[in-house]
Amino acid sequence: MFKLLKNLTKKDILLAIICIALIIGQVGLELKMPDYMSEITRLVQTEGSQMKDIVQNGAYMLACAFGSLIFAAFAGYFASSVSSNFSMRTRKKVFDKVANLSTQEVKQFSTSSLITRTTNDITQIEMLVSMGLQLMIKAPVTAVWAVLKILNKGWQWSLATGIAVIILLSVISILISIVMPRFKIVQKLIDRINGVTRENLTGIRVVRAFNAEEYQENKFEEVNNRLTRQQIFNQKTFSVLQPIMNVVMHILTLFIYIIGAYLIKEALMTDKLAIFSDMIVFSSYAMQVILSFLMLAMIFMMLPRAEVSADRINEVLDTDITIKSGKVKENKTGEVGTVEFKNVSFKYPDADEYLLKNISFKANKGDVVAFIGSTGSGKSTLINLVPRFYDATEGEVLVDGVNVKEYDSEFLFNKIGYVPQKAVMFNGTVTSNVAYGDNGKGEISLDKVKEAIKVAQATEFVEKMDDKYDEHIAQGGTNVSGGQKQRLSIARAIARDPEIYIFDDSFSALDYKTDYILRKELKKYTKDATTLIVAQRIGTIMNADKIIVLDEGKVAGIGTHKELLKSCDVYQQIALSQLSKEELENA
Amino acid sequence: MPSNTNRPPRRGPMGGGRGMSVPGEKAKDFKGAVKRLLKELNKFKILMLLSIILAIFSAVLTILAPDKLSELTDEISSGLTVNTDNLQELVNITTENLNEERLKEIIPQILDINIDQNTLNYILSNENISQQDKLEFQEAITDMSNMTDESQIYSIISSLPESILESLLQSTNLNGVEISSQDKIALLKSIQNIQDENLSNIDLPESIQNVLFSQFDMDGVTISPSDQYEFLKIMSTMSDSSQAQELYSKLDQMPESIKTVVEPFMNIDDVKKIAITLIIMYCSSAILSFISSLTMTDIANKFAKSLRTRISKKINKLPLSYFDQHSIGDILSRVTNDVDTIAQSMNQSLASLVTNIVLFLGSIFMMFYTNWILALTAILSSLIGFVGMTFILNKSQKYFIARQEELGNLNGHIEEIYSGLNVVKAYNGVKDANITFDKLNQKVCDSNRKSQFLSGLMQPIMAFIGNFGYVAVCIVGALLTLNGNISFGVIVAFITYVRLFTNPLSQIAQAMTSLQSTAAASERVFEFVDEREMSDQKQATKRLDKSKVKGNIEFDHVVFQYENNDKPTIKDFTATAKAGQKVAIVGPTGAGKTTMVNLLMKFYEINSGDIRIDGVSTKYLTRENIHDLFTMVLQDTWLFEGTVKENIVYNRKNISDEEVEEVCKEVGIHHFIKTLPQGYNSILNENDSVSAGQRQLLTIARGMLEDAPFLILDEATSNVDTRTEELVQKAMDKLTEGRTSFIIAHRLSTIKNADLILVMKEGNIIEQGNHDELMAKNGAYAELYNSQFQL
Repeated sequence: MFKLLKNLTKKDILLAIICIALIIGQVGLELKMPDYMSEITRLVQTEGSQMKDIVQNGAYMLACAFGSLIFAAFAGYFASSVSSNFSMRTRKKVFDKVANLSTQEVKQFSTSSLITRTTNDITQIEMLVSMGLQLMIKAPVTAVWAVLKILNKGWQWSLATGIAVIILLSVISILISIVMPRFKIVQKLIDRINGVTRENLTGIRVVRAFNAEEYQENKFEEVNNRLTRQQIFNQKTFSVLQPIMNVVMHILTLFIYIIGAYLIKEALMTDKLAIFSDMIVFSSYAMQVILSFLMLAMIFMMLPRAEVSADRINEVLDTDITIKSGKVKENKTGEVGTVEFKNVSFKYPDADEYLLKNISFKANKGDVVAFIGSTGSGKSTLINLVPRFYDATEGEVLVDGVNVKEYDSEFLFNKIGYVPQKAVMFNGTVTSNVAYGDNGKGEISLDKVKEAIKVAQATEFVEKMDDKYDEHIAQGGTNVSGGQKQRLSIARAIARDPEIYIFDDSFSALDYKTDYILRKELKKYTKDATTLIVAQRIGTIMNADKIIVLDEGKVAGIGTHKELLKSCDVYQQIALSQLSKEELENA
Repeated sequence: MPSNTNRPPRRGPMGGGRGMSVPGEKAKDFKGAVKRLLKELNKFKILMLLSIILAIFSAVLTILAPDKLSELTDEISSGLTVNTDNLQELVNITTENLNEERLKEIIPQILDINIDQNTLNYILSNENISQQDKLEFQEAITDMSNMTDESQIYSIISSLPESILESLLQSTNLNGVEISSQDKIALLKSIQNIQDENLSNIDLPESIQNVLFSQFDMDGVTISPSDQYEFLKIMSTMSDSSQAQELYSKLDQMPESIKTVVEPFMNIDDVKKIAITLIIMYCSSAILSFISSLTMTDIANKFAKSLRTRISKKINKLPLSYFDQHSIGDILSRVTNDVDTIAQSMNQSLASLVTNIVLFLGSIFMMFYTNWILALTAILSSLIGFVGMTFILNKSQKYFIARQEELGNLNGHIEEIYSGLNVVKAYNGVKDANITFDKLNQKVCDSNRKSQFLSGLMQPIMAFIGNFGYVAVCIVGALLTLNGNISFGVIVAFITYVRLFTNPLSQIAQAMTSLQSTAAASERVFEFVDEREMSDQKQATKRLDKSKVKGNIEFDHVVFQYENNDKPTIKDFTATAKAGQKVAIVGPTGAGKTTMVNLLMKFYEINSGDIRIDGVSTKYLTRENIHDLFTMVLQDTWLFEGTVKENIVYNRKNISDEEVEEVCKEVGIHHFIKTLPQGYNSILNENDSVSAGQRQLLTIARGMLEDAPFLILDEATSNVDTRTEELVQKAMDKLTEGRTSFIIAHRLSTIKNADLILVMKEGNIIEQGNHDELMAKNGAYAELYNSQFQL
């Protein structure tokens, strides 16, 4: 928490100090008011008082009230400035950090957790800073100041107030210790309710096909019962608080009066009136004291949650960036469009087993190099080493003869057109999605976009849309189908005019025919570009210049389709599982 | 299947954040929604009424309490005012003893001076008296003989020498009081002061006091002569009777009896009595409200539970088409958030609304009942404040909305960038993303600052309104008190009333907003609950027994159109599958393959045509009956949180562990399961190390456990690599032996050995036959088939 607060700038701290000063002023004025109150009380009680004195004191008191309002307003303004600036900067920091994290680190956190950390967790902290700046300072200042003011007015009253505070605080802490852990259980049960419902919804066909409606409903009902029971317990336990608080506060006032009555009775005539007005003033101070303790208790209830959020944010900020951009910004070697792996091995830092072991190959300009292998053979990981989503653990990955680690990352990315397995769509239009990013060659023109869309076999459906190239694409591309998304995502790579295309199983959502035409057109269009393809279907890669067969992270064979059919067992098995012998030979 | 795009918003354990009053969304038809909600709550009517009545009683007690408190204050403040009546009477009675006539009468009696011849002789012949003194005495006698004024006589006598006086003033007994000659001398010396009623400098002996003042009773207290003397003596030191403070300090010096009569009288027993009454009121108010909220908690949660149950049951009664049009997130948020909103606001707002309305009206009533001038003062002064606050609130509303919107935009952007991070990086989109992020972040910051500032302003303004009301009440109250119209206790009571009056207003406003969002939430919940269900199954009169079904299926001119489409998805589908055949359905995306399966499973009702199983139209079969006849494995690898075994056994009973293992061995997943930490009892959840392919194998195992005459595989092997698929295929072929099976597949290799291949395009069957026949035809199938080898 405190670590995170170091992110406050000098200006923030200055504002915070002003804010604190304002709050102290505000408390001072607030606590000045009972003095005028007592003066008014005395005047009203004493015969022969002048009306103008009462009005005057009333005016002073109002002035104090108004002054404290003004102070509070300014304090609030500064506090909200500080907290919103702070959250803005922290959010920016987290965002920057995440943008620089490697794929592996993102995976470790999980994307959805990173999103929560950047949004909800920061909002949580922001609320604490804003409230903290006001309440966390105000409550103790009020408590201490008010206690000081009333301490010498009568120990009997102070004792009564002290007892009331202790009762309230112990009630609250008992309640918290009972309910807090159960709140977590409730949260889990709510997640469970969500989970069971989601399960029923996502599997609705399965549920119905298995006639399992009752099974699901019983499952739901069980969680529902538990949730309801737990909720009722929590809420009932907590509903003790309000009445107890009311009773304690009222009875405290009452006791202050009764104690006052006895004191007045015993006192000399000269002191009686003073004691009476003290009594009135004390009862209002006592309320202030109690309320500020309640406020403190509330802040302490908030703290653990904010603490958790702060830890989660710090976790992100403290992550070391493992993949750092290099410095090379020009082609030194004269090679263009080559990708070479030299004895590349890769494993996750904490893993024992290598995911890729001793991979070596070279793709020359214009080559189509395909990677095939069963699920988990490491094809995707291999291809991800080129744009440095991961860095090779051992060995070198060279693009145009230079180790990718030495490249300025922007320069490296400008050489690459990467199409992921799961198409990514951004909120915007068809055009903005295809012309996405920056390829170092200036803005991508509409003609270029149209051309790319045509090559990607997307023209037909794009032109059918209401706004054609300006059609709105929702976040995540929810308003286009999977196959359409994939084609647009391919068009995006084409519009970039890269030296090297990387297709990470990017044709899976296309039917054979579209897949085939697309590849044919692409081949025509990208004659000079080097293409790296990961695929599942033999048909997709049969005609590649070089096919690299992976099995459990090792190269099981390199060669053309025909060569591999003869020499490579693994390839044969894969091929035979998809096509018959005759077909393979005919092709 | 609609993908889940809206995740339900996360909630902290304590619900929403404090202080941030986010404007709730509004119901489309507020009245209607509330009416409906009340109708649904009908079965809780009595309990709710009880709870509300208790709340009302509690509130009434709260309102009555300040009145009692005012009594208490009055009782205490009566301990401040001096009993001036008694004081005046005391002064009257005691000074009466010292008036001229009485003194004239009593002093001679006391002194009892007898200057006759005997006395003269006695003095003159007394040898103890010096010659000098005797001479003085003789002179004095001569002087006195010419005088008539008593005081002059007394002054001459008093100036006589001691020795003479002793002889002159013999101790006597007056009214039973022994007065010594010394005492008489003292009196003689003070006569002038007594006559002037100036007792401050003199010291009268007790005997004289007793004779001068006569004891009397006042308010049951006996006031002795000496006390009266003391009283008068102190009173005579008063310089100016109008100075209250001086009077108080003099009073403190008074003898006990006088104090008792004059000092403020506070009946401590009354104080105790009122205090006990108050404690009883406070406690019973608290207990009543506690019981009321307990009841409300019960009602709210039970109602919420019943709503959740209804939604859960409803899910299984809705036609599948509903789920095509509604996202999972939407339904989920109805089950949790909306129901939660309803329960929470019932629990908190409803009771607080009732209580606060009672408090509000009650305090107005009590104020007017107590004093209408003060009531008007209090109401007007807080009203001014509230007008101001409403103004600010209205102004700030747009900032709250803006904040929500900006935050939503920013979060959307973050989500988008994070989930596409690789693409963003690889396309050098980070710079752009940063620019957008900064812009949105700044906007959030600005709207945050404004809305936070404004929402933070509410509380101080409320406090100011309270103080303003307080001062107004104090000043007007003081005016009234000074004029003697009201007691101080009334002011104390009003101070509480002002609070009781201002608090509910903001609470009511809050409850109303939460009622708004409750209405909106309940509208959504009931909209779902009221959704049209699947057609009833009255006409389903027939039943096919699972064990006796042969396995023939006929599609007879089936036409089907999705509800929101303009053209039919299935146009005129006619085909026959014979018992034991393996039927494959192929065709491009959108041809209607999955729809056919959905129709076969009666997930949707066909528009026209017929599907017959063993010659029986599915129209006459219940959905449950049909589902019983089919085993279905889908592309979606649907697994739930539970153990591996639970996932495979699912809802079936009497499945032994051996059977489960047997099936798993067949699909080749047994070995993998054994490598899991707890084997078949390992818990599966979302982020697990179980790959998509392995998940699919698990669902296939689940399907294979079902012993049904028909089998449907809808892209069931698309997630496993081709080598694994072959293994599964073999297992499945074993499974499909003797069963009629329908297979939808992307990979044509999977279905080459099918007995019948149906090639679909745009809802029609364009070709059918087996692989060789279709290849020979060189039509659509051949084209589709060949395209996989071309590059």
